[in-house]
Amino acid sequence: MKSSSLRAVDLAAPKQQRNWDWRAASNFIAGGAGGGLLLCAALAGLDGFATRAAILLALILIGSGLTCVWFEIGRPWRAMNVYRHFSSSWMTREAVVALAVFGAGGLALLTGASMLVVLAGILGLGFLYSQARILAANKGIPVWRHPASITLMVATGLAEGAGLLAGVAAFTATGPGSALLLGLLVLIAARAWFWKNYLNGLTADGAPDAALRVLDALSPRLLLIGHLLPALVVVVALAGMPGRAMLALAAGVLVVVSGWTLKYTLVRRAAFTQGLSLQRLPVRGKGPAGPAAKPGWKIVHAANKV
Amino acid sequence: MKRYVMTIDLRRCVGCQTCTAACKGANATPPGIQWRRVLDIESGEFPDVRRTFLPVACMHCGNPPCEAVCPTRATTKRADGLVAIDYDLCIGCANCVMACPYDARSIVHEPRYAYGDVPMAAEAKRFDPARIGVSMKCTFCKDRIDLAARTGQIPGVDHEVTPACVNSCISGAMQFGDIEDPDSSVSRMLKETQHYRMHEELGTEPGVYYIWDKS
Repeated sequence: MKSSSLRAVDLAAPKQQRNWDWRAASNFIAGGAGGGLLLCAALAGLDGFATRAAILLALILIGSGLTCVWFEIGRPWRAMNVYRHFSSSWMTREAVVALAVFGAGGLALLTGASMLVVLAGILGLGFLYSQARILAANKGIPVWRHPASITLMVATGLAEGAGLLAGVAAFTATGPGSALLLGLLVLIAARAWFWKNYLNGLTADGAPDAALRVLDALSPRLLLIGHLLPALVVVVALAGMPGRAMLALAAGVLVVVSGWTLKYTLVRRAAFTQGLSLQRLPVRGKGPAGPAAKPGWKIVHAANKV
Repeated sequence: MKRYVMTIDLRRCVGCQTCTAACKGANATPPGIQWRRVLDIESGEFPDVRRTFLPVACMHCGNPPCEAVCPTRATTKRADGLVAIDYDLCIGCANCVMACPYDARSIVHEPRYAYGDVPMAAEAKRFDPARIGVSMKCTFCKDRIDLAARTGQIPGVDHEVTPACVNSCISGAMQFGDIEDPDSSVSRMLKETQHYRMHEELGTEPGVYYIWDKS
């Protein structure tokens, strides 16, 4: 097929979405980290004070994200309608899980009961998963609907949660233990792997050129700041270098900041729409039908080929 | 069971934008919002260059992704195939806007008029506050389809109950009707031609068929 150049690219080509701005992105950024933090806090077995501090931070993050979304929706006073479609809407499911998170998390905060801490952790994971599915359900945004985005969103949420927990533990008397740091290291590696898997999947399956350019530009920075550097800091801390608490804090900050950059990029900057295409150009007069035209995409899927 | 669909003969469309204007007139959409658009696409490389007009709007999908993601059930698929929005339920979360692969939906957060903040008399008369802050899109002129259900008229045949864009099309490129009726104009047209549905690979089962050649 010959390459196509279209003058009307501003109409037919994929466009950066403008409906979900920083407020919606904040929900994924803060809420995802909060959900991950709840699960990590439940698994880490820190002392009571550190666990409660982590749960409080997680609830603040999740609440902040949801508040930002509330300010974004067109009809905020009808917000309770969000609970009307549990059977298929991940946004409804996220809202339902959020209620349970605040219930279990609030009780865990008040009582410190380990069962409630574990329950809040499981619900935190559910909240994180719901957010990942919200993005993936949006067929209009190719970089969201790719199945690998689900594992990426969950992986980064968990890594950010572990990073936040390392930060919280850095301020406790006992400091971050080796198990926590090892867990953080594993989650950094997992996020790096899922990010690579996601990019490879997008490249293979096709995505708008502009979206791929944005993600490709992020990739080396994410590798260095979000994966290699924090992993190195964690390894140094595990190796016994003095100042373990500060090293854990530094690694945590790097993991969280890079994760939030990743999610902001995914939700805002790389979120290009599908765009419109012509599977075949029509026959005009006696000439033959023309080839497919899919502006803004390098890869034309089999279904669109002549 | 009825399933209303639209056929658009790309061979016939001349890009006159009459359907766009008819839609705007029929539905009083605010400035900058067009439920129906006709894209003017030039493709290929010199000297093999082609110009194609592509009318687009809501595809009234058989498996609408907008309906699945809607947290409020404001978006529903009707028994006759139309995808409708209940403006009184919608919270304007824009999830459906993101789910639609056809750029068919939009949300207007503030009233907009052609000449600044003050509406013209016609705009003031037709302004619908229920459409502010909620998702909106082409309805296939559902009031007309509902009228047909009451009167027994046939959409696609009787102009009073046919979408405004189809009525206005000067070249007869657009047809509307019940695909389950083998004698409807759309069924006959699809039998006689080669056609495709946009982004069908996404599993949306769109209700708009683009005709590109005879069979």
